Amino acid sequence: MEASLILPPALALILAGFALPLMRGQGRVALILLAPILSLWMVWQVPDGIGLSAEYLGQDLVLVTGSKLGRLFATVFSITAFLGGLFALRQPSQMELSAAFIYAGSAIGVTFAGDLLTLFAFWEVMAIASTFVLFSNGARAAAMRYALMHLLGGVLLMVGIAGVAASGQSLAFGRMQANDWPHYLILAGFLINTAAVPLSSWLPDAYPEASWSGMVFLSAFTTKTAVFVLIVGFAGTTALIWIGLAMVFYGIVWAILENDMRRVLAYSIVNQVGFMVTAVGIGSEMALNGAAAHAFAHIIYKALLLMSAGSVMYMTGRTRCTDLGGLFRTMPVTMICGVIGALAISAFPFTSGFVAKSMVTQSAADQHLALVWYLLMAASAGVFLYTGIKFPWFVFFQKDSGLRPTDPPKSMQAAMIIASVLCIVIGMMPAQFYKLLPYSTDYVPYTVAHVVTQSELLLFSGLAFFVMLGWLQGTRTVTLDADWIWRKPGKALAQMALTAGNAIWRAVSGGTINAVVRVCASAFHHHGPGGRLGRTWPTGTMAFWTTVMLAGFLIVGGMMNI
Amino acid sequence: MDQEETHWLVRPATIKAIWLGSIAVLGALVIADFFIEKHPHFGFDGLPGFSAWFGFGACIVLVVGAKGLGVILKRKDDYYGG
Repeated sequence: MEASLILPPALALILAGFALPLMRGQGRVALILLAPILSLWMVWQVPDGIGLSAEYLGQDLVLVTGSKLGRLFATVFSITAFLGGLFALRQPSQMELSAAFIYAGSAIGVTFAGDLLTLFAFWEVMAIASTFVLFSNGARAAAMRYALMHLLGGVLLMVGIAGVAASGQSLAFGRMQANDWPHYLILAGFLINTAAVPLSSWLPDAYPEASWSGMVFLSAFTTKTAVFVLIVGFAGTTALIWIGLAMVFYGIVWAILENDMRRVLAYSIVNQVGFMVTAVGIGSEMALNGAAAHAFAHIIYKALLLMSAGSVMYMTGRTRCTDLGGLFRTMPVTMICGVIGALAISAFPFTSGFVAKSMVTQSAADQHLALVWYLLMAASAGVFLYTGIKFPWFVFFQKDSGLRPTDPPKSMQAAMIIASVLCIVIGMMPAQFYKLLPYSTDYVPYTVAHVVTQSELLLFSGLAFFVMLGWLQGTRTVTLDADWIWRKPGKALAQMALTAGNAIWRAVSGGTINAVVRVCASAFHHHGPGGRLGRTWPTGTMAFWTTVMLAGFLIVGGMMNI
Repeated sequence: MDQEETHWLVRPATIKAIWLGSIAVLGALVIADFFIEKHPHFGFDGLPGFSAWFGFGACIVLVVGAKGLGVILKRKDDYYGG
């Protein structure tokens, strides 16, 4: 079959990312602002169906395949690359924006991937590029922990894909059933990138270590490409409902206990992605529309919240709630944009969150999932408490910290204002927004009953916030998470192993020369012509042991570094 | 500085007005709740003012629960070496 030649939309941002270090001055600014627009244009040139295929090592690769869902995600990824690029114009690090654009481009690559190998390739580029976003801010230890978690996810995904190939099934990327081990591994690889419980800690651990602009990019791509692949691959997998709900409440509880404003927003990503994962688990058309719409809306309002927090960090150098407060006096634009983001994430009527997240709760009601519905409603109330009020209140109001920073430079303000406008426009024009969703829908978010009950839910949560304000004051603490296991006992074990290994090595190195001779002879015996290990192995076995070795290196090497 | 400290938004009178205004809005919403046509899905959600007391109650439970967990899970913020 001859496929017409379609340029992969991923190329626009990936090539721009590689070109950026060569550019200076006005040319650099032009490239930063135009590449995402070109990317958006290319996204909308891809028709439905296979657009570009190739053959590699006997496998058919579908590099570009168009779908409504992929286009929706690729659109919001391009928009975020633009907003983040505009916001980051003042970022002195050359590396950050290059890495961020390659990261964004490969995320777009995932949304057009038609087979699992293409998906895997872009998946890994995302992991590497996002690690460089962290490295560019000098966060070496956090970047190592982040990279390890994503390499682990990549290994799981790779073994799963190898398993699918070995069992003779098609590698086309589409609906899968989680009923054999290769598919369990693929699902696990996807879930690691959603920051699913119990391995959620990589996200709040790493993202806040990025710069004031870097975190805007990080918040958008990894978790949401994971939501995208879950929608395509594992819609209706019931376990996802409970995994998603666990993420929802994990995010709320840890955010309530957190003092650093950007960590609060990081926990809130896990919470919000939890709503999407729950929706994927519900799996009805309404639920999947809700997951996709929520992802789209979330990327923009979370970028907005992080730009508001990033502006505060840029102007004051502070991120702890206990060190901030009273900034509304001198940072009105940052405050108003932050409040709009906070209202949108809380799903207030007339914001994007309202028209998007409502579909998720509605789908639980439609499927008669009573417990799920009550939990989602309780969580919706919680979101307003821990982000909707907590972030603006502690940063811009509460006590007067004595700080008098001005609003940030114009380019940063412009990025925030555009994002704010998008949050409100989407909230005011749901019918147009819904046309972008994968399934056609006649859902009407604005009924009197819905607006009144949602306002009640949120405003009474607000009352609860001020009633319990004393309990919600920040404390200068961190909250333990699963990463404690490898950051404390794991690290100690790895160091003990290293010490013991050194001692053993010294003890035996006396007889090294003899040993080398013996090893060579033995190796020839086993691996030489006719040797037991010299036989031709099935590739699958080889891949398996290579993977086991790789995983071993990852764990031991990682624990010594973190 | 004196002018700043008496920014209109932080004057006691303004704060009092904001509280009174907010309570009025909350009251109006609960009253409106009695007049809207609801489509309860499960049972409790059809009770009067469900969203109001459920939202308030959920937040209290979440904060109390989080504080309880915090007793076990919180450490000084230089725990991992600052």
